[in-house]
Amino acid sequence: MQAPFTSHHTVSKRVLGLFAIGIALTATVAVLGVILGMLADFAVKGGPELTWSFLTEYPRNSNMEGGIFPALAGTTFLVLLMTLMGVPIGTATAIYLTEFARQDSWFARSVRFAVNTLAGVPSIVFGLFGVGFFVQFVGKGLDTASGSSVFGDGSLLWCAATLAVLTLPVVIVAVEEALRAVPRELREASLALGATRWQTITKVVLPNAVSGILTGSILAVGRGAGEVAAILFVGVTYSAESLPDAVTEKFMHLGYHLYVLATQSPDVEATLPLQYATTIVLLGLTFLLNFSAIYLRSRLRRR
Amino acid sequence: MAKEYPTKITATDFSMYYGQKQALHNISITVPERRVTAFIGPSGCGKSTFLRSMNRMNDLIDGTRHEGGMVIDDVDVYDPTVDVSTLRRKIGMVFQKSVPFPKSIFENITYGLTLLDRRSKSDLEQVVEESLQRAALWNEVKDRLHHSALGLSGGQQQRLCIARAVAVNPEILLMDEPCSALDPISTGKVEELITELKDTYTIVLVTHNMQQAARVSDYTGFFLMGHLIEFDRTRTLFTSPAKKETEDYITGRFG
Repeated sequence: MQAPFTSHHTVSKRVLGLFAIGIALTATVAVLGVILGMLADFAVKGGPELTWSFLTEYPRNSNMEGGIFPALAGTTFLVLLMTLMGVPIGTATAIYLTEFARQDSWFARSVRFAVNTLAGVPSIVFGLFGVGFFVQFVGKGLDTASGSSVFGDGSLLWCAATLAVLTLPVVIVAVEEALRAVPRELREASLALGATRWQTITKVVLPNAVSGILTGSILAVGRGAGEVAAILFVGVTYSAESLPDAVTEKFMHLGYHLYVLATQSPDVEATLPLQYATTIVLLGLTFLLNFSAIYLRSRLRRR
Repeated sequence: MAKEYPTKITATDFSMYYGQKQALHNISITVPERRVTAFIGPSGCGKSTFLRSMNRMNDLIDGTRHEGGMVIDDVDVYDPTVDVSTLRRKIGMVFQKSVPFPKSIFENITYGLTLLDRRSKSDLEQVVEESLQRAALWNEVKDRLHHSALGLSGGQQQRLCIARAVAVNPEILLMDEPCSALDPISTGKVEELITELKDTYTIVLVTHNMQQAARVSDYTGFFLMGHLIEFDRTRTLFTSPAKKETEDYITGRFG
């Protein structure tokens, strides 16, 4: 007579189960270990360099001494400008897709397909697109039309434009998700009171989707801040005497600075501590942005 | 039918399609002015679809189309020259789920008014008080008009939605199962309110609760599978229905 709740599984099946759990656990620990190990390595090797003056001083002696101030500032300018350019376009696209387009229409499906494809394009391709389209075509075109030479070279502006295109899918997907989270009943209540579609969007839908739009923007900024390949040819520079005075000037960038330190320095070995410290700053920036996005998103979900 | 009262809404051979699927079949009906007209029938019978055809809320769903006439006060609501926003201002709507905007009570009531033009503060305050009085909610909320409407109970929220609809001064109130999410006490209050409001508004009420239809309505229409089976004075329909389907439904033999 068997007790009512003993397992009917054979011993071999139970062993197999334990084995599977063991593998999953090992993999998890390994992933965690790699990340923590990496961070610890950065902290130990770059930590001592990470001082206030490192953040606030210009690099000296062919980037072999001094700080990263212009790169930090340049990265900030870049992501701000990128956000200003990309988020309104992305938000407008998401509004069109969720609020106006017929979901099964040929056009809406094409736009979605384009957005998904855009998300999968390697960033170096965006870099080439930036040179080809923004610098050569738009910039040179503007210069020819106006008879000056302001736009026809790589610059902060074209880098921001390139990154805006690159981060567009992130913004669109996040904002679409936020708009869809606004209950249909709220829209209907507004329309039933005589609001037009547009009034409903500005007065009811968007105010309820603000945190989602913010999340999208932050995710985009996080993605854009760490991107190097896409701006490689579009306007970054390895050394700058001062911060850019206009968006049409070249600028320094954290990710590119790291690349320069690691590959183009007269003495790569000597700059290692600087590289580690720069990495910490870059990672810190990206983590900070991602965590704030996660925080905002969880607040959005709770409502 | 319904000849004792002036007609407010007339549907003539009205049909509605969701893509290929026909949801309403040649509905003809006259809804009397300043009375309560109830639509009953099992889920999916088309009663809500018909209600939402009156203020063209079905326009919002991709792939719907209609045939036949839906005339309110001599105007075909589907006429191309009709401005849908203006139409909907004339026809208030209360939904199954009470959906206050995540704004203050005051802003909820004034939402419809501020869509058109700016009003003075005293003007708005007056409308807010009147509307809330009308929805029998004023005494409960007058001290917290500027608090969030989401802090109200379910029954209060539904009465707020009625006040919000009333605030734009409509002529018709469409109510789509307004009590189905409410407890019996709140339901009683809303029903009482419907009886009071019918002096001012033409009310069309969709309900799955036959007792409710019997309690508050003057006329009742019975829908089944997209057809209007029978439409008559409520007392007549419930006591001596003309059609076998109606009798089966109200005696609980199906649905």
